[in-house]
Amino acid sequence: MTDLYRKQRAMRQTRRAALQRGVIAVLDVGTSKIACLVLRFDGSERQRAADGVGPMAGQSGFRVIGAATTRSRGVRFGEISAMQETERAVRTALQAAQKMAQMRVDHVIACFSGANPRSYGLAGEVDVEDTAVSERDIARAMAACEAPDLGTAREVLHAQPVNFALDHLSGLADPRGQIGNRLACDMHLLSVDDSAIANLIHCINRCDLELAGVASSGYAAGISSLVEDEQELGAACIDMGGGATGLSIFIRKHMIYADSVRMGGEHVTADISKGLHVPMATAERIKTFYGGVVATGVDDREMIEIGGETGDWEHDRRTVSRAELIGIMRPRVEEILEEVRARLDAAGFEHLPSQQIVLTGGASQIPGLDGLAARILGQQVRLGRPLRVQGLPQAATGPAFSGAVGLSLFAAHPQDEWWDFEIPADRYPARSLRRALRWFRENW
Amino acid sequence: MRPLRPGQDGQPGGAFLRPAGSRPSLHAGVRRDLPGAPDFAAHPFPEPAAARTRRDPAPSRFSYRLHRLWLTPLFRTALRVGLPAYLLVFALGVVLSDEARRDAITGAWEDAWAIIEARPEFRVTGMTVEGASEPVHSALQAMGPESFPVSSFQIDLESLRADFEALDAVASANLRITSEGVLTVHVREREPAVVWRSPEGLELLDGEGHRVARLRRRAARADLPLIGGEGADRAVPEALALIETAEPLGARLRGLVRVGERRWDAVLTDGRRIQLPAQGAGSALERVIALDQSQELLQRDVALVDMRLPGRPTVRMSEEALVELRRIRALERGESNR
Repeated sequence: MTDLYRKQRAMRQTRRAALQRGVIAVLDVGTSKIACLVLRFDGSERQRAADGVGPMAGQSGFRVIGAATTRSRGVRFGEISAMQETERAVRTALQAAQKMAQMRVDHVIACFSGANPRSYGLAGEVDVEDTAVSERDIARAMAACEAPDLGTAREVLHAQPVNFALDHLSGLADPRGQIGNRLACDMHLLSVDDSAIANLIHCINRCDLELAGVASSGYAAGISSLVEDEQELGAACIDMGGGATGLSIFIRKHMIYADSVRMGGEHVTADISKGLHVPMATAERIKTFYGGVVATGVDDREMIEIGGETGDWEHDRRTVSRAELIGIMRPRVEEILEEVRARLDAAGFEHLPSQQIVLTGGASQIPGLDGLAARILGQQVRLGRPLRVQGLPQAATGPAFSGAVGLSLFAAHPQDEWWDFEIPADRYPARSLRRALRWFRENW
Repeated sequence: MRPLRPGQDGQPGGAFLRPAGSRPSLHAGVRRDLPGAPDFAAHPFPEPAAARTRRDPAPSRFSYRLHRLWLTPLFRTALRVGLPAYLLVFALGVVLSDEARRDAITGAWEDAWAIIEARPEFRVTGMTVEGASEPVHSALQAMGPESFPVSSFQIDLESLRADFEALDAVASANLRITSEGVLTVHVREREPAVVWRSPEGLELLDGEGHRVARLRRRAARADLPLIGGEGADRAVPEALALIETAEPLGARLRGLVRVGERRWDAVLTDGRRIQLPAQGAGSALERVIALDQSQELLQRDVALVDMRLPGRPTVRMSEEALVELRRIRALERGESNR
């Protein structure tokens, strides 16, 4: 685990350097599209922080100066499956964004949705060394969390302290400086397949860029599309992407659970393509123009020309009613939502004080989806759009961009992670100078 | 052929693409395969739509790197400023490294300049001198440009003026070229104020002590006062003031002599002198004149009046007067002694 720790730490260091330089790119590697935003950070954030403007800080610090999307290639289920193709797509998006920004970007924060994320809740407890809690105590408390068996070929993507308890006082956000004897820490750990991360790093390095951070796209979408009270009281964000549907549960402004369903909008398109015998491009167009999940009487009479290119008049002049199209789409959407429901139940979502569900992502734009989702997921469902950030072009304000926007918020206001704290001395490898110092201090 | 293939109208998916109430594309940036207006005139038989949707523009690694390089500020500045500057300097160096080409360039420049200089607008046809006496006039004519007409570019008025003012007789010269092409010189001559009997001979000096001209005979300028002695020319204003003070002496004053480059002696007719102090010479002279007017000092047989110590004016009598004085005193004593 020290290896990963070092890697994440290096990424955090790179991000700090990038913020110092003021320009960083945000890359959302999705199954259907790759979105790239170029952010410019100016010094305004520090002034705002002094004013104590809490909720809106974070967006005030940066401005989107370049934005580009391109059709994704070589990505399946939110994971890179054809490196060359994905590299070309990343290059396309980055070049367009750089061109718009008129600035060269060297650091990239990326997010992806697949790779079988798995959540673990960890708890650790230590005695406070001095009377007041110091940063070293927090690091020790986190190090004291019992590391779960992640399985082979798994990596830790996020390891965020979500709650601190000092003696019998729980729900502390920042226990530093408080007086107490025993410090307990709850940590949320998200693990993913390591090959997905390795592929992403490799792909980005091949584009002459440095990776300055990775995030799960469900987490990023949750940051941007959940409003403040939802994040505080408990809500689930369902990011319906092209190849995977990510979900993340937030409470007290921390993500406590994340998962992903390996189905998304591309599967709906594939169903239409198979059902109507049309190419994927045509099926995609039919879906975006005429798609829906709730059939009404008028839909039986609305005929859609689905076309064809065979040269056979009869084949090329086929029509299908909208009701039929809905009949193809609805079962797949229902299946996705049922799967999401199962994951939410497994996570114990019903125990949260508020059970708001926010649908976002490109596939959430199917008309009538909120009604269908309310039947399956519960009554508190709404459609979410990403937060407005400064300089974002109108074309990139839709729900399909909640991952990218959330990632830029994440870049501006990163959540504390385990690797932001000093490694406790006893976890260091042997021959460490600090360990010698500690021994010296304890024995003399 | 076309009626047989009605579906192939240049748009994938056919006519349903733009129904009346269709929503705009939700993936505006992604949908590269959405065709624009089909151009039937240019392509009566468009290639199959599938062949076009497969086209997938992505920058090559090379063009991507080139673009990034171009967005690098240092590189960009070097290319936009450094390279042209370097090329310019290099080209100039190459052109000017050849001796013959350099000569050709300078030659062409000089020819062009000569044509401009020779134009009638810049021609100076003559020189007139105003306010100068005859000898000065002829001297200035000799110093001016040698031959007319001459281009005004070749006349350096500043140096010509300096040359003119270097003449002792000229106090200041005012030169200009009129629009008719005449070099006009206004001269203010120095006015001689005193005659100085210098070691080299008689010289005329103006009020500031500047040399004006040489004088052959004193009689030629008998109207001017005479001064003499080494360094007298450097104290001419003082001398002139003394001479003005000595006005009551009239013709009895022959001149002033500078002694030790420090003070003046007023020399009177038949060799009598008034020695004046270095400081306060004027008042000392006034005292002598006052003594003369009240007691007729200078009418008497006095060889020298020494006023060098203001508190102790001293008179040296002539030899005969001294003998006479002694005789008189002896007579006075002898009456009692004999």
